[in-house]
Amino acid sequence: RPLRSDATDSRAPPPWSPPAPLAQQHTMLRRVAPPLRRALASSAVPHRGGARLLDPGLSSPHALPPQWRRWASAAAASSLPPPPPSPPQGPPRHAGGGSAASSLNPAEVAKFAAIAETWWDSQGPFKPLHLMNPTRLSFIRSTLCRHFRRDPYSAKPLEGLKVIDVGCGGGILSEPLARMGATVTGIDAVDKNIKIAHIHAASDPTTASIEYCCTTAEDLVKENKQFDAVISLEVIEHVANPLEFCQSLSALTVPNGATVISTINRSMRAYAAAIVGAEYILRWLPIGTHEWSKLVTPEELVLALQRASISVEEMAGFFYNPLTREWSLSDDTSINYIAYGIKKSEAPSATPQ
Amino acid sequence: TPCCAERGCFAAADRIRKASRAFSSAPAGASEPQDGLEKVGGVRAGDDELDVAIVGGGMVGLAVACALSNMPLTKHLRVAVIDSNPALKSTNYLKKDGIPDSRVSTVTPATISFFRDIGAWEHILQQRHAFFGKMQVWDYTGLGYTRYNASDVCKEYLGCVVENKVLCNSLLLRLQEQKEDIEKMVYPTRLVSLAFPSKSRNVGVAGLKPPSTEAEELRRSNLVKLDLSDGQTLYSKLVVGADGSKSNVRQIAGIKTTGWSYPQSAIICTVEHTAENDTAWQRFLPSGPIALLPIGDNFSNIVWTMSPEEASRHKSMSSEDFVMSVNRALDFGYGPHPNSSSLDHYVERLFSDFGGTAASTKECFEVPPRAIGLISERMAFPLSLMHSHDYVSKRLALVGDAAHTVHPLAGQGVNLGFGDAAALAKVISEGVSVGADIGDLSLLNRYENDRKGANVAMAAVLDGFQKMYSVDFGPLNVLRAAAFHGAQYISPLKKNIISYAMGDRKSPLFS
Repeated sequence: RPLRSDATDSRAPPPWSPPAPLAQQHTMLRRVAPPLRRALASSAVPHRGGARLLDPGLSSPHALPPQWRRWASAAAASSLPPPPPSPPQGPPRHAGGGSAASSLNPAEVAKFAAIAETWWDSQGPFKPLHLMNPTRLSFIRSTLCRHFRRDPYSAKPLEGLKVIDVGCGGGILSEPLARMGATVTGIDAVDKNIKIAHIHAASDPTTASIEYCCTTAEDLVKENKQFDAVISLEVIEHVANPLEFCQSLSALTVPNGATVISTINRSMRAYAAAIVGAEYILRWLPIGTHEWSKLVTPEELVLALQRASISVEEMAGFFYNPLTREWSLSDDTSINYIAYGIKKSEAPSATPQ
Repeated sequence: TPCCAERGCFAAADRIRKASRAFSSAPAGASEPQDGLEKVGGVRAGDDELDVAIVGGGMVGLAVACALSNMPLTKHLRVAVIDSNPALKSTNYLKKDGIPDSRVSTVTPATISFFRDIGAWEHILQQRHAFFGKMQVWDYTGLGYTRYNASDVCKEYLGCVVENKVLCNSLLLRLQEQKEDIEKMVYPTRLVSLAFPSKSRNVGVAGLKPPSTEAEELRRSNLVKLDLSDGQTLYSKLVVGADGSKSNVRQIAGIKTTGWSYPQSAIICTVEHTAENDTAWQRFLPSGPIALLPIGDNFSNIVWTMSPEEASRHKSMSSEDFVMSVNRALDFGYGPHPNSSSLDHYVERLFSDFGGTAASTKECFEVPPRAIGLISERMAFPLSLMHSHDYVSKRLALVGDAAHTVHPLAGQGVNLGFGDAAALAKVISEGVSVGADIGDLSLLNRYENDRKGANVAMAAVLDGFQKMYSVDFGPLNVLRAAAFHGAQYISPLKKNIISYAMGDRKSPLFS
């Protein structure tokens, strides 16, 4: 993987030179994108259980794919000095607007508002999501059935569970979750999406009970809402501050609840497939939908979720077979991947570090 | 803003959430009892709103209903069968005595295992049926023959011949076992018209009507509307067209077909022998094949394909003349008996190195049992090939003869239909498992992709056979004879052919 630079300009990668304090950190952090790395090193973000940057006890590392286990055990074995006082946050990538805690990026919001009407056109710009949807849902179904100990052969395995779809868009994910029996809340930053989602869901009695709301994860956190399962698919690559976003998702999850996040890996293969392939060649997505530098690698996601008290239990990749035109789950997380984590329960006292 | 109204709901949900925090200790699947109706903010979905409406209660339509009611993910779906046939009200086994019906089907082992999976096969075993383990195919030129034996592929039987009404009855009995309210499931009427959801039906009337009616209208505008001949109207998420080769549903949906009529008709009837028949016999005559299939006790079913003029002549002649004609056709008429030559034995030894000799290569040609009497009416049907361009469209799927008809010369037609039923039920089940709308076109396309290839291939093979055997031309006769000899004496090829015909393989030549 190419080494990342400090520059905030994401398009042209200038030569990399690490700032001095960070050079002492674990070598894995070299791969972390600059704003994320600074945020991780920053003591401004509260983390539980003391000053450790990395939680040594990644629960059940054997659940992670093979390439993860090495990293997980290496991370566990490292003992790091307490993080130094942070350099000031670099100029934010988003162009103002909203509080510092908001994950909204107006440029990204505008991108989606422009194509809102086409959400339910399965041949339109959201075609890849429609094609991918059954595969993502089968991962979600199997992990949530196991997590909540539900009968996998039940037609409505999520009955009685409160689930939130963060970044629901037109409701492509929310509707199947409602059909599986869950009590679904869908939130999105773009008001047009919420309106379209509402109209589309009204035509089926099982989905008409979905609550759609035009708000952000942070605002819901302020209202102290919590859900049994928090699902946010293909959103984290569009937010301004992924770390803050993970914290919000965690705050929305009840202790011992489930969190599912999917996104695109920041790798050369992903650049070739998801950006060049999907946007320029196949024209599935409008050009500029994904910015490569904003993509999050699985390592970063696990780190960010750990900081937010969510331990990643399972991760899977999706890949698209152009001959059969089908998506399927695999161990290869180099392009699209999905992660399922459990929010730690609120232990009354911190375990000795 | 919409959010403000919903905050009240969130607060209420908070209180409930605290009480149900220990969700992981709740027993799996604990929920309010489902009474089969869904609430929509206080409005219930009506009795006339279904998940799957099966138009046509024949063998394949009932097989779809039975498969859906058997799978755990789909057994809660509201399924209805629309067919005015009074036989759908039956609740008993059909008696084994009496004259066997002439309308029979040969079910392949693949179909038998499908019936076992859905729990209907045990009902067939209680009614008349006939397994057969041997088959002999030859033609009028006397240049070659092929014998097939189930032990060639280490199986106990090649297939089973069952009357169509027994197949239907068994499926119906299985449905009755699974659903107490089967009375409500079968609509004894005919379909008059269908209206698929379209943009124009989506136009809602704002404001003036009470909210429950508006919600209902919005819901119904997304479903298929079925008008029945007794005046009822049903709404369904998915319509399954199982109404036969002249499918009304297919015509209304505007799905085009390709095909041609064969210049042949088939006469079917039941004959009696002095002893039990345990082999399926088929002889290709100049105008078409004659097949003699065991049906149980001392009876056999005859399917004789010939030109339409011959068919009407055979239908109207006296039964004694007809029986004599049948015996002639099966035995010494039109040409001599075939026998093996030394070349055949050489080829047999040559190929026995590749995977062992099949038992039937050693069997000699046998003459079929004589028919001693005709015991049913003779029926004649014109034959044709038909294939639908599309099997599915939005909220519609075609199964069985509604999607394809083939030549009966290999007894495959209804087996293709049962294959469709199994595939469609599986696709619907997969859709339910990921919370999809079962009428969604991308889901139904998976059914089409699965079945179309297999059905087209089989139709082509049978069409090829039909054409190859309908020409009396010296060199072609010799070619056909060589094919017979090859299939008889080349064991690996024979095993492949048997497996394909039994439904265990997807293609006769390549695995």
